Amino acid sequence: MEHAEILHRCFRCGYCKLPSNYQNLNCPSYLNYRFETFSPGGRMWLLRAWLDQEIKTTPRLSEIFFSCTACGNCVEQCVFTKFKDDLLNVFIAGSEELVNQGAVPARVSDYFKSLNLYGNPYKLSEAESGRWAEGLGIEPYQGQEYLFYVGCAGSYDEQGQKMTRSVATILKKLGVSFGIIPKETCDGNEVRTMGEKGLFEKLARRNIDQFRELGIQKVITLSPHAYNIMKNWYPGLGGSFQVYHYSQVMVGLAGKIKYPGRKKELLVTFHDPCYLGRHNKDYISARLILNTIPGVRLVEMDRSMADSLCCGGGGGNFFTDILGAGPESPARVRVQEAKATGAEILSVACPKCAKMLEDALKAEGLEEKIRVMDLAEIMLSHLD
Amino acid sequence: MKEIIKELQKIVGEKYVSNHPEERFIYSRDPGTMEPAEPDVVVMPNSAEEIQRIMLLANERKIPVVPMGGGLVLSGLTRALKGGIVLDMKRMNRILEVNEKSRYAVVEAGASQGMLQSYLKKHHPKLKHSIPDAPPIATIGGNVLIHGSGHISAIGGFHSEMLNGLEVVLPTGELLRIGSCSVTPYWFSRSPLPDLAGLFLGWAGTTGIVTKLAIRLYPDWKFNDVNVFLAEDPEITQDAIFRITATAIPEDVLAALSPKPDWVAGFQMLSVNYGAESKKELILKRDLIRESVWKYIEEKTGGFLPLPAEMKARFMEAPQSQLARFADVRKGGGFEYVGAIMPTELFAQACRLGIEIGERRKVSYSLGARIIGMGHCMMFFFAYAFNRGDKADMKRAQGALEETNERVLEIGGIPWKAEVPAQKQIIRKMDPKTFELMNRLRAMLDPNGIMNPGNWEL
Repeated sequence: MEHAEILHRCFRCGYCKLPSNYQNLNCPSYLNYRFETFSPGGRMWLLRAWLDQEIKTTPRLSEIFFSCTACGNCVEQCVFTKFKDDLLNVFIAGSEELVNQGAVPARVSDYFKSLNLYGNPYKLSEAESGRWAEGLGIEPYQGQEYLFYVGCAGSYDEQGQKMTRSVATILKKLGVSFGIIPKETCDGNEVRTMGEKGLFEKLARRNIDQFRELGIQKVITLSPHAYNIMKNWYPGLGGSFQVYHYSQVMVGLAGKIKYPGRKKELLVTFHDPCYLGRHNKDYISARLILNTIPGVRLVEMDRSMADSLCCGGGGGNFFTDILGAGPESPARVRVQEAKATGAEILSVACPKCAKMLEDALKAEGLEEKIRVMDLAEIMLSHLD
Repeated sequence: MKEIIKELQKIVGEKYVSNHPEERFIYSRDPGTMEPAEPDVVVMPNSAEEIQRIMLLANERKIPVVPMGGGLVLSGLTRALKGGIVLDMKRMNRILEVNEKSRYAVVEAGASQGMLQSYLKKHHPKLKHSIPDAPPIATIGGNVLIHGSGHISAIGGFHSEMLNGLEVVLPTGELLRIGSCSVTPYWFSRSPLPDLAGLFLGWAGTTGIVTKLAIRLYPDWKFNDVNVFLAEDPEITQDAIFRITATAIPEDVLAALSPKPDWVAGFQMLSVNYGAESKKELILKRDLIRESVWKYIEEKTGGFLPLPAEMKARFMEAPQSQLARFADVRKGGGFEYVGAIMPTELFAQACRLGIEIGERRKVSYSLGARIIGMGHCMMFFFAYAFNRGDKADMKRAQGALEETNERVLEIGGIPWKAEVPAQKQIIRKMDPKTFELMNRLRAMLDPNGIMNPGNWEL
């Protein structure tokens, strides 16, 4: 197995469970389950024991591996600088072994099947992926400067669609030249982190081929997940494009927007998406955009930027829900943390975070106290 | 067992009970060298009341119970030597009270060191607690109960001496309080009452389950500094310890010596941490510390190491993350140490002993000592790294640890948080009447012998 040579080097010291200020548990699956087995160190030792045939393949082992959200907190916090960069890679390699043995939870298997058959986990026709654009006057890609790639959650999920429409509207207002692909295929970020290498390559190659056929050079993604995979992993399959998360395009143009009049102060806190923040080290674009909006005052949560607590939606958990939505699920802990800042708005820059946190607000009964809004939604609301 | 698991699930909820092979595997071992011992089931309670119910059940069925905090003692104290239940306490991690004026904090036993450190920084920035150099996920309860020490031990002594009170579930299920909190709403002290806390300190979980505790807090200074005294002769370093601690200035005095990297080989480094409310006071304190060892600076047999900012920050970090990195010295994720509690006057002898064992046995070693109080005693550590992937290397480290335990006892020290074999070595050296009293107390508290059996036994 790839990276197996680092497994025995883990001391299980537990720095990986925490943020840098040690404030609370910051590994989403450990936070939720609390057994040592669900911590990164637990996974390291279990994986080694499994490869050494000290433990067998069981549904519990699969649950332990597929509840990892691939948020990257362990990589960020591990004190062993000589091998920390491969922590997530070794977990992915472990999941790949489980996939190869067919030992994945039913919900994971169902997720893979849907992507294989439909090109999206919603089991809907790809032809429906562009429905969100109806009435917005957005053209299919035909040589515009950018492709606006929306992804599964932004195309099919109701809340995701709302976010997509807001982002597209702002991009238009900023004069960005972009088109869309009305029949999109999943970007494959999640299946890669879940160890389904073959399916990832299939999805990625479909996108790469399509982008090439259309002559696309620059891509704006709605989702940080798509941004991550296209920027960092598509080049390995021959797909080199200039990839931007929408916040990175907007930040350079945000000054162009003329907001009407003065607005009363609005306290906003920002939830860093793992694939924009920890995985790609952009903690600034979203914050700069918020700072251009009149009246908005940014307040940080105790855990922000590299210490941000994942919403729990990564690693396919947005679709497979292995982590579940109990009181100690990361999204519910996160909305309480956001509320503690006194903010009225919990701003997001990822459709998966948006949905996870919105559901968590409802579960925690906080809908009256704080709202989840995407960056573009906040911008639009200030243009009214 | 099935029926018992169902009962446990009724008490703490299905989610927090596991007898899966994966949990049994992980909870059967810690990062040290001791052989694994599997529990039948792992349970994570969320309240003292749940623990009471678990203990009543365990007593009725005579099931062993092993309480566990961070699981980082390295000496295997939380292994279920006779099977039964491992009680992972880390869900009980609430910070219940901080009394700024009387300078104490009341926490649940599973609260982590890092969590309290962060909480105080945010909500009570003028206060801090004594942080051990264990990783920050280590629990406050666990560390106090093993007589840990940390970054304020030169002022406050062992962490068990900073303990103001306890809430405990007895092995038979009763819940009770110890210290001032048993009489008043305040958790300010164990005095002036008969000190029952000793029934639970240092017993390796064989006498009860601590559910809450209060610890002392100390001023978090505005200005902080560290000076590192360097000498080649352990006798000089030993004398420097007495001179520096006699100033009553340092919060922490930590000695270290290691054959690697090459530039430190042969030297002992004595880091002296202190703080002050103003720069003027800090400079005065620095000068007094320097003055205390001026003799050696003049003789050029000792001196203070000039510290670049980055290095200084590492010496002032609490906990020191570089200590965990020692586990990767042999590219193999492991180290264990004999932390010997011994008189400070044995410092030089302990240095020579550690070097002799390390060199002869060809193990990767690191030695050092945290001074407790004003040189009243020390926790001298003999740390040996090993490669977890290499059984022979692990055995080599284990051999070094066993010999060190024996030799420490010979020269007048006592292994701290001792492994089961070392506990037996201690008992053999102990006054038999003392051990008899321990057994009588234990039998009285735990009539069915269910608490962490296999520990403190011959």
